Amino acid sequence: MGRKSGTILYLDGVSVSFDGFRAINNLSLVLDRGEMRAIIGPNGAGKTTMMDIVTGKTRPDEGEVFFDGEIDLTRHDEADIATMGIGRKFQKPTVFEGHTVEDNLVLSLKGPRSIFPALFHRRAVEEDRRIDEILAVTRLEAKRGDMAASLSHGQKQWLEIGMLLAQDPKLLLVDEPVAGMTDAETVETARLLKDIARTHSVIVVEHDMHFVRELGVKVTCLHEGSVLSEGSLDHVSSDPRVVEVYLGR
Amino acid sequence: MITGRFFASGADRRVLFTILVLLVVAVLVPVLNLAVPPDSMFHVPTFMVALVGKYLCYALLALALDLVWGYCGILSLGHGAFFALGGYAMGMYLMRQIGDRGVYGNPLLPDFMVFLNWKELPWFWYGFDQFWFAALMVVLVPGALAFAFGWFAFRSRVTGVYLSIITQALTYALLLAFFRNDMGFGGNNGLTDFKDILGFNIQASTTRSALFAASALALALAVYITWRIVGSKFGKLMISVRDAESRTRFLGWRPENIKLFAFTVSAVMAGIAGALYVPQVGIINPGEFDPSNSIEVVVWTAVGGRGTIMGPIIGALLVNTGKSYFTGALPELWLFALGGLFVCVTLFLPKGVLGLWDQWRDRGARRRAEADTPPPGDAPAIVRATPAAPAEHRALGAAPEPQPAE
Amino acid sequence: MKMPQVLAFLFALFAAGLGPVSADEAGLRQTIARFATAKDFKATEAVVRELAATGDPAVELVLLALADGNLFVRKSDSAVFVGKETGQSVTLSDPLTGEKVGEVAKAEITKIKVNNGLRRVIRDLLGGLTLGSTDPAARLAAADTMFRTPDAANIEALDAAIGRETVASVKTRLEQARAASILVSDRSDEDKIAAIAVVQARGDRDALSLLTAVVARSEGPVREAAEGAIVLVNSSLVLWAAGQNVWYGISLGSVLLLAAIGLAITFGVMGVINMAHGEMVMLGAYTTYVVQEVIRTSFPGLFDWSLAFALPLAFLVAGTVGLAIERGIIRFLYGRPLETLLATWGVSLILQQSVRTIFGPTNREVGNPSWMSGGFDLGQMALTWNRFWIVLFALGVFAVLLYVMKRTPWGLQMRAVTANRRMAASMGIRTPWVDALTFALGSGIAGIAGVALSQIDNVSPNLGQGYIIDSFMVVVFGGVGNLWGTLVGAMSLGILNKFLEPYAGAVLGKILVLVLIILFIQKRPRGLFALKGRAVEA
Repeated sequence: MGRKSGTILYLDGVSVSFDGFRAINNLSLVLDRGEMRAIIGPNGAGKTTMMDIVTGKTRPDEGEVFFDGEIDLTRHDEADIATMGIGRKFQKPTVFEGHTVEDNLVLSLKGPRSIFPALFHRRAVEEDRRIDEILAVTRLEAKRGDMAASLSHGQKQWLEIGMLLAQDPKLLLVDEPVAGMTDAETVETARLLKDIARTHSVIVVEHDMHFVRELGVKVTCLHEGSVLSEGSLDHVSSDPRVVEVYLGR
Repeated sequence: MITGRFFASGADRRVLFTILVLLVVAVLVPVLNLAVPPDSMFHVPTFMVALVGKYLCYALLALALDLVWGYCGILSLGHGAFFALGGYAMGMYLMRQIGDRGVYGNPLLPDFMVFLNWKELPWFWYGFDQFWFAALMVVLVPGALAFAFGWFAFRSRVTGVYLSIITQALTYALLLAFFRNDMGFGGNNGLTDFKDILGFNIQASTTRSALFAASALALALAVYITWRIVGSKFGKLMISVRDAESRTRFLGWRPENIKLFAFTVSAVMAGIAGALYVPQVGIINPGEFDPSNSIEVVVWTAVGGRGTIMGPIIGALLVNTGKSYFTGALPELWLFALGGLFVCVTLFLPKGVLGLWDQWRDRGARRRAEADTPPPGDAPAIVRATPAAPAEHRALGAAPEPQPAE
Repeated sequence: MKMPQVLAFLFALFAAGLGPVSADEAGLRQTIARFATAKDFKATEAVVRELAATGDPAVELVLLALADGNLFVRKSDSAVFVGKETGQSVTLSDPLTGEKVGEVAKAEITKIKVNNGLRRVIRDLLGGLTLGSTDPAARLAAADTMFRTPDAANIEALDAAIGRETVASVKTRLEQARAASILVSDRSDEDKIAAIAVVQARGDRDALSLLTAVVARSEGPVREAAEGAIVLVNSSLVLWAAGQNVWYGISLGSVLLLAAIGLAITFGVMGVINMAHGEMVMLGAYTTYVVQEVIRTSFPGLFDWSLAFALPLAFLVAGTVGLAIERGIIRFLYGRPLETLLATWGVSLILQQSVRTIFGPTNREVGNPSWMSGGFDLGQMALTWNRFWIVLFALGVFAVLLYVMKRTPWGLQMRAVTANRRMAASMGIRTPWVDALTFALGSGIAGIAGVALSQIDNVSPNLGQGYIIDSFMVVVFGGVGNLWGTLVGAMSLGILNKFLEPYAGAVLGKILVLVLIILFIQKRPRGLFALKGRAVEA
């Protein structure tokens, strides 16, 4: 129990299998409050499944998953977990394409999540201020009134990160934030994430090694559903097992 | 021209225009029917009042379906069930109003119960002699059924075609149930031979005009409410659920509650439509539960343009006018026409007539802008049911991939 | 008591191997003539018994005619004739030979009156007469008659018949009839208890009523034995009734399987809801009708083969229509399942109306070939041949399809496309081609389902409508993309339906099943045999 206090995310001995295939195999991972962690690993290593478990989409067959030192995440569903303060960005950017950029953020803003407040909702000054702020951070001020469908791929990624920020979560799970981005955008995104990490705990899943290096944080390499290696990027990338299964040569 | 500008501008002005037209019609048609002498060219015959009144009820039903399908992505193939339940609640009231004027002259029991040799009124018929009670049931019964059904279905995340199929099974089960004599709803024959409503003779042209006005006003009110719902933050959430359900969920919203609310509101609207429909057609029978009726409502909505407020109303009026014409003139061709309509609308007109209209206007506006002509004062004035123009092959252009069933 | 003893004596004569006794014809005629003078039912009964006592099969004609009220006395000469009424006149024929002797007006003759008691006597006596018949079926019927109306006087005749009997099944029935007779005789308790065991072994409703009668009139050990036997018979009857229900369920299940299996393929592989699937079934049924019409008019001798011709044709017709629908409509709507659903519904309306225009809105007559008519008994269960063949046929279609999916290259391609469309495409599988053929296959199977369903259902333009919702329920219940799921789903829904029916009635039973499925989907939204994992939830 003692180990859990002070952590924002605590996974111990987690396993899950689909039709006999063990997607996560005795996975243990601890994230301290305020920490940013990069997770790497080959396809099928269980990175996305791990996020599914943390966000309540998939129930683990066994093992413990605790948030903020005391909340047992296996007992809650996605919406609960999201309101508790875990935000998730999907691998494939997922925004509400039928809404404007601004509306996307309005729907994400922290606040009551039930029907009637939504029916009789009136925008408060505070909310406007927060939206302006997020639009500035994600550099989408000019796109404020545009349909999200009209954004470029990179802008959608940023809008989704912006939506996460609007949720004001304690922990952000960010799945491949720079996939399909130009180099300049990648650098910008790294800056943005580092900025966010100052006030939030963050887990980033990414294949782009330059980007991971740019972040300059502790790295965990997953393989076949469990932790293969953990430590600084230099430590992990010199680990012969990591080289063999993931980095190559 | 003023109509042209209304059609041209945003969705909000279109809604206001629709409400305005409905209010005018609610007053004008009864006046033209009752106050204008029959030989005048402005006289509206009573059969016309009843017919259009019926269409307005259909339009309300289509609007109800559009709220869940167009805005929330739930394709209900069972909305006819809510319509029919509302209709039965009203029918039970009308049945009790007959009193001892039935064929068997029983002051308490409706004719079919006397015929079945029943001795006393079943418990669920109590209270229906009071209009307020019947009116309450018109709202409560479809609402409660939709709530119970949706509570089960949405919580277990039944979506897409699965949901469509079980809504169809729902109305099918009700169809079978209401066909049974011992259900106590008149079995095969349903409820009919109504005499009066709130003390007024149901056949009288004044009553018909009043029912017409009530239908138009109910539709106007429903348009207003739908507009307010759709325009609220909740409305945006419905669209979010339609477009990206899991994103909505991971933001902390509960899509099941959003759907449940929309579904229940929609079922209540459908129930009210059914309640207004029954006194105007004079009968309600289990045929209204037929799954093919429910799916026909879907085509009205699709033809008009789903995800808009005006679309389902236009669609319901157009398709039903067509149906009345066909079943009168070429009855054997109607199913061909309806079937073809399903195919063509899905293939060529994914946004319906309204979408076609907008596209046409956009193109016209662009051409005028290129030609640098003065302001658009000469926009076409009237929406016509233009069949799918051959140019509208957008849906055919893209060849998306099939997705295996989940 | 006298007449049955005479009868028994005659049976004893049969047993002695003397063969059918040919009582002299003149004697018979004399006896028959006494019908004319019989004053009341009692007197008539005496004559009947006397006739039966002769044991001559020739008296069957006159006795049957009497029982049916077709025996008349000519007023002019009091001669007795068998008559057949046609309008105001009656055709008379000889009571022994059946030869026609002429036609008279109704007024010239009087009918010999019978009542129900007399009819029963005649039936029983005829039963005894046929115990010596050369036809085993007639002997069987006679044994059963004697079982139902036991008489202690029959014991000796039955003993003789049992000794002579060569057919095992008839012998068993004769022994049961003998046991029944012992139970009404004044034999010892031991004999009766042994007889109860024999009756109990029969185990049907007749045995039950017999035993109930025994309980009512006996005491002591016999009564106890009978009571014990009743319990045993009852429990075996319950088992048989359950067995019969299971059979009905399997029979309904195989119909559902036939209707649903094509749907399972298209829905599983392509994610396409084909609302026109029921109409493919209808097309198959109409193909059968057309084939039978052609055979009836041109090659009447081939009628028993009509289904063999109809099967491949129905597959082709429905398959071709399916291919046309896929190429013409569905391929433009992939990825939009709800739109596909609407478009195929439109197609179903068009197909229905086309058939209605061509063949008319009424039911069409589709005949059963001789090998599909009639039925047979299995223990206490009644099975009909058409249901029996349809169950076999459904399982056969299932087996063939399973083979195609698991063992042929095409099946491999289909499964590859189901599992990962994009990967399959990049491996060189022509996915549009696989889609089109899969759809055609699914439709073709619906067509041959239509051939089978034409044998048990009304062939009308609405035929398909009745199956579409049920088929979807089967597919959804069984789990998509899994043939075994479809089989288990169809069978369990069929059996569930048939077990609910006796308690809830057919309609309410069906409603209950629908409600149960709706509730079931809450628990397992992907059906009984669902795939699990990340891929399917994406």
